[in-house]
Amino acid sequence: MAKMTMVQALNLALTQEMAEDDRVIVLGEDVGRDGGVFRVTDGLFETYGESRALDTPLGEAGIVGMAIGMAIYGLRPVAEIQFSGFIYQAFHQIEQHAARIRWRSRGRFNVPMVIRAPFAAGVRALEHHSESREAYFAHTPGLKMVIPSGPRNARALLVSAIRDPDPVVFFEPKSIYRAFREEVPEDEEVMEIGKSVIAREGQDLTLISYGAMMRPTLAAADRLTEEDGVQAEVIDLLTLSPLDDTLFTTSVRKTGRAVIVHEAHRSFGPGAEIASRIMERSFWTLEAPIKRVTGYDVVVPFFAREQAYLPDVERVLSAARETLRA
Amino acid sequence: MAPDLWTLYPLMLRSRLFEQAIADLWRDGLISGEMHLGTGEEAIIAGVVSQLQDGDAMALDHRGTAALLMRGVDPGLILRELLGRATGLCGGVGGHMHLFSRDHLAASSGIVGASGPAATGFALAAQALRPGTIAIAFFGEGAMNQGMLMESLNLASVWALPVVFVCKDDGWAITTQSASATGGSLSDRAHGFGVPAVEVDGRDVSKVWSAVHSAIERARSGGGPTFLHAQCVHLEGHFMGFQLLRSVRDPLGQVPAIALPLTQSFLRPGGAPLRERVAGLMHVAGVMRATQHDPRQDLANDPVPRVRQALLVDPERLLALEDRIAGELVEIVASALGEVSP
Ligand SMILES: Cc1ncc(C[n+]2csc(CCOP(=O)(O)OP(=O)(O)O)c2C)c(N)n1
Repeated sequence: MAKMTMVQALNLALTQEMAEDDRVIVLGEDVGRDGGVFRVTDGLFETYGESRALDTPLGEAGIVGMAIGMAIYGLRPVAEIQFSGFIYQAFHQIEQHAARIRWRSRGRFNVPMVIRAPFAAGVRALEHHSESREAYFAHTPGLKMVIPSGPRNARALLVSAIRDPDPVVFFEPKSIYRAFREEVPEDEEVMEIGKSVIAREGQDLTLISYGAMMRPTLAAADRLTEEDGVQAEVIDLLTLSPLDDTLFTTSVRKTGRAVIVHEAHRSFGPGAEIASRIMERSFWTLEAPIKRVTGYDVVVPFFAREQAYLPDVERVLSAARETLRA
Repeated sequence: MAPDLWTLYPLMLRSRLFEQAIADLWRDGLISGEMHLGTGEEAIIAGVVSQLQDGDAMALDHRGTAALLMRGVDPGLILRELLGRATGLCGGVGGHMHLFSRDHLAASSGIVGASGPAATGFALAAQALRPGTIAIAFFGEGAMNQGMLMESLNLASVWALPVVFVCKDDGWAITTQSASATGGSLSDRAHGFGVPAVEVDGRDVSKVWSAVHSAIERARSGGGPTFLHAQCVHLEGHFMGFQLLRSVRDPLGQVPAIALPLTQSFLRPGGAPLRERVAGLMHVAGVMRATQHDPRQDLANDPVPRVRQALLVDPERLLALEDRIAGELVEIVASALGEVSP
C-alpha cells in the first residue's frame, strides 16, 4: 500500500483501467500531452499513446457528444471537463442524450461513459472554478452522480464508474485533491456506486455529508464529543444518485436528529431531497427539526469572501447544537 | 488614415505596467486564483480600442484587463476588484475574468467563446437602439472551436450586424497547440460564413490599427461584420506561474521554458526612483533581446518595445511620457494597497 493524494489515486484508477481494458479512452482539454491541469491524467499519454489519451479542441459539447458516440459504439470513454463550471457547455449532450439513450432505446443502447470534473470551492479561485452544482445531475434520471471524499474511495469509485454500463458524472472535490494522503492498495479495489458509508459511529445525532465537506463535518463530530459529550454518527454519501437512503434513514431512526452539510446552494439542493427521505422514512422517530448547513443561494464569491460562503466547523457545530437542544 | 503612435504607445505602456503590477501582487499572494494577463496582446487591444467611440460596446474574454483600461476604466477600480475588495469594479466578487463596466458598455466572460454571442447581441441591440455604434468581440483562437462562436459568426453575417470579431491568436489553448486541435484555417471559417477575414500581425500596432480601421468603418456604415485574425505571443504564457510549471513538467520537451522575470517589483511602492524603474524595464527588454529561443523571449514578439522603437526619434518627449504614466500607476497601486481592506 502506498500513501497517495486523491490526484494520485485517481491517476492509479485510470492507469489500471486503461491497462485492463483497451476500450477505455481518456479525452478532454489538456489531458494528453500535458496530463491535465490538475495532473489527474499524468502519464497516460506516455503510457497508452495519443489514441487513448486524447487532447481535444476547446469545446465541451463536442467532447461529451463525441464520448456518447464512442460509448454507444463500444468504447469506454472517460471525458474530463476541466472545471465543473464549464460543464454547462455540454449540458445538452449530458441531459438530452447521455442520460436518455438507454430509456429511449428501451435498452437497445446503453452509454457506458464517465464524465469527470473537478468541482467545489476552497481554492481561492473564481466562480466557475468554485461551484457545486451536483444537484443538476442528481436530479436528472438516467445519470449516476458520484462524489468521493478521499483518495481511497476516489480510486475505488472511479474504477466502478468506468466499469458501469451507464453514464456516471464523477465530481472530484478539488480542494482535497492534495490536502491529505491515504493508504491506497495497489491491487484492485472497487466500491459499489449507490452505497453510502458510516464514516464515524454514534447514537446521539446523525451528520450527513459528502465530498470536501466531510472534513469539517468529521471535525465538528470530534468537537461535539470533546466539548458536549455527544456522539455523532457521520454518514458519507459518496453517491448522490442513486441515493442510498437506507443507510441514513436507518441512522436517523436510531439518533432521532439529523444535520445535512453540503456546500451546494441551499434551495432545491441535495439537502432538500435528503431531508424529504428522512421525513418519509424516519419521521416518527425524529426528536428535532432536520437542519441544513449549506452554501448560500448566491454564486460562489471570489476568494476574499469565499470562506463566508463555505460551511465550516463552526456552522456545523451550531446547527448540531440547535438540533440537540430542540 | 495613419495611426498616431504617440497615442497608441501610452495606452500600451500603461496597460503593460499595470499588468506587471498585477503580476507582482499575484506573486506576493495578494491576488489569488489563476491569473491570465494580456501582456503581449497590447498592440491588438490598443489598435482596436483606440478607435472606439462613445456607445460602442465590447465583449471580453478571460484577459479583459487591458481592454478595459484602454477604454478608460479606472485602474484603481480594476485593481481593487482583483484584490477582492468591496470597493472594486464589481464589488470584488467576480475577479479578473468577470470585469464589467456599464459606463463603457463592456462585459466579460470567463467562459471561452462566450464573447462571440454577447458581442453579436450587443450589435443587434446597437442597430435597434443606437444606430451607428458597433460591438467588438475579443477572444483567443481556442475559442474558435466553440460552437457558440460559430453560431454568432453566422448570425452576424446573415443579419449584417455591426460586429468586429477579433481573434487574438497565440497558437495555444493552455497546453494544447492549435495546430493539433484546429482544422483548416480560421479565416476560411469566417469566409465560410460569408464574413470577410483580415490577417494581421498582432504584434504591430500600426498594422492592427489600419486593419481595424476599415473593419470598424464597414461595421459603422452598415456593411456587416469582419473577422480579424491577429497573431500574438503571450509573454507570461497562459497564466501566471505557467512557464515555470511547464518547465518543471517538461524540461526537455517542446517548450523551452525559462520564466521571464520580466518585471519583478517594477512598480512596488517605495524604492528606486521612477526614471530608474522605467530604465529598468527597458533593460529587461535588452536582456530579452539576447535570448532568441523562446518566442516569448524574442523581443520582436513584444509589441511594447517594438512601438517604442519608433518613438525614440524624440527621446525627451518619450521619457517624460513614460515617467508620467509610471508615476500615475505607482500612485494608484500604492493607494489601493494602502487602504484598509473593507
Ligand atoms: C468553456 C470553457 N472551457 C474551458 C475553459 C478553461 N480555459 C480557460 S482559458 C482556456 C484556453 C483558451 O484558449 P484561447 O481561446 O486560445 O485563449 P488564450 O487563453 O490563449 O488567450 C481554457 C481551456 C474555460 N474558461 N471555458
